[in-house]
Amino acid sequence: MHLSPDEMIFWRHGFLKLNATIVFTWALMFALTAGSILVTRKLSTDLTRSRWQNLLEILVTGIVKQIEDIGLGDPKRYLGFLGTLFLFVAAANLCTIIPGYEPPTSSLSTTAALALCVFVAVPLFGIENQGIGGYLKSYAEPTVIMLPFNIISEISRTLALAVRLFGNMMSGAMIVGILLTITPFVFPIVMTALGLLTGMVQAYIFTVLAAVYIAAATRTQEPILEIAPRT
Amino acid sequence: MDSMTLIAVASISTAGLTIAVGSIGPALGEGKAVSTALSSLAQQPDAAATITRTLFVGLAMIESIAIYCFVISMILIFANPFWNHAIAQTTGK
Repeated sequence: MHLSPDEMIFWRHGFLKLNATIVFTWALMFALTAGSILVTRKLSTDLTRSRWQNLLEILVTGIVKQIEDIGLGDPKRYLGFLGTLFLFVAAANLCTIIPGYEPPTSSLSTTAALALCVFVAVPLFGIENQGIGGYLKSYAEPTVIMLPFNIISEISRTLALAVRLFGNMMSGAMIVGILLTITPFVFPIVMTALGLLTGMVQAYIFTVLAAVYIAAATRTQEPILEIAPRT
Repeated sequence: MDSMTLIAVASISTAGLTIAVGSIGPALGEGKAVSTALSSLAQQPDAAATITRTLFVGLAMIESIAIYCFVISMILIFANPFWNHAIAQTTGK
C-alpha cells in the first residue's frame, strides 16, 4: 500500500531516482506531443479529413467554446495554456484503465507543479492586459483594507488547486486498492469507473478554475462565475 | 499503555472522526447546492449551460473540503510521521 507513485522506483543511480511519476509524466507528454505532430502534419481544409483531425478539431473547438463561455474575450490567446492543462490532466486521469499505470496526478509533486504554473500564469496575463500598475491596483479593491486578504487568497487558492486534484486522484487509487483486498472482484470495477468519472470532472474543474482566475485578473469583462476563492 | 499504543489509538480514532465529522458539512452543502440548481433549472431552462457549469465548479469547491479530510485521515493511517518515528525507535533498539 503506497500513498503516491513517487515511491515506485524504476531505476536508481546514486542520488538520481527515476520514480513512476516522472516516467509516466514523460510517457504522457511524449504520447500527446507525438500524436499532435503526427496528426497536424497532413491537415486538410476540404470536406474529407482523417478521423484523427476530426478528433483534434472537436477538442480544440470545444475548449475554445468553454473558455468563451467563462467570459474570457479572445479565447485563442489562452487556448495554448488552458488547453494544455486540460489535455494533460484528462489524459493522465483517463489512462488509469491501463493496468500497471499509476496516474502522475495522484502525486502531490505533479499537482503542485501544475498549480504553480497557474500561479505564475495568472499575474502574467493580468500584467499583459492591464499593465503592472493596473494589475497591482486590483489587489487593493474594493478597499486597501482587503489587500492582505487578497494576497492570502491568491496563495491559498493555489494550494487548494494542488490538493484538490491530488486528493481526488489519490483517493480513487486508494479506494480501489483497499477494495481489492476485502471484496470480490466485481466491486472494484464499479469504483474504477467512478474514478474515471471523477478524474474527468477534476480535469474540467482544474481548467475552468484556472480560466476563472485569469478572467478575474485580466478584467476583460466581469466574470460570469463569481466564486469567492477559499480553501 | 506505552507510547506506541497511544499513538496508534489516537491516530486511528482521529482518522475515523475526521472522515465522520468532515463529511457532514460538505454533504449538507452539496445537497443544498444541487437542490437550488435544480429549482433554478426549472425556472430558467435557457440558462442551463451557465447553471450547470457554475454548479459543477461549486460542487468541486465543496467536495474539496471533504477531500482534505480524507487526505488527512489517510496520512494519519498510512503515512503517520509520529508512528514511523516510534517504529524506527523500537527497531533501532
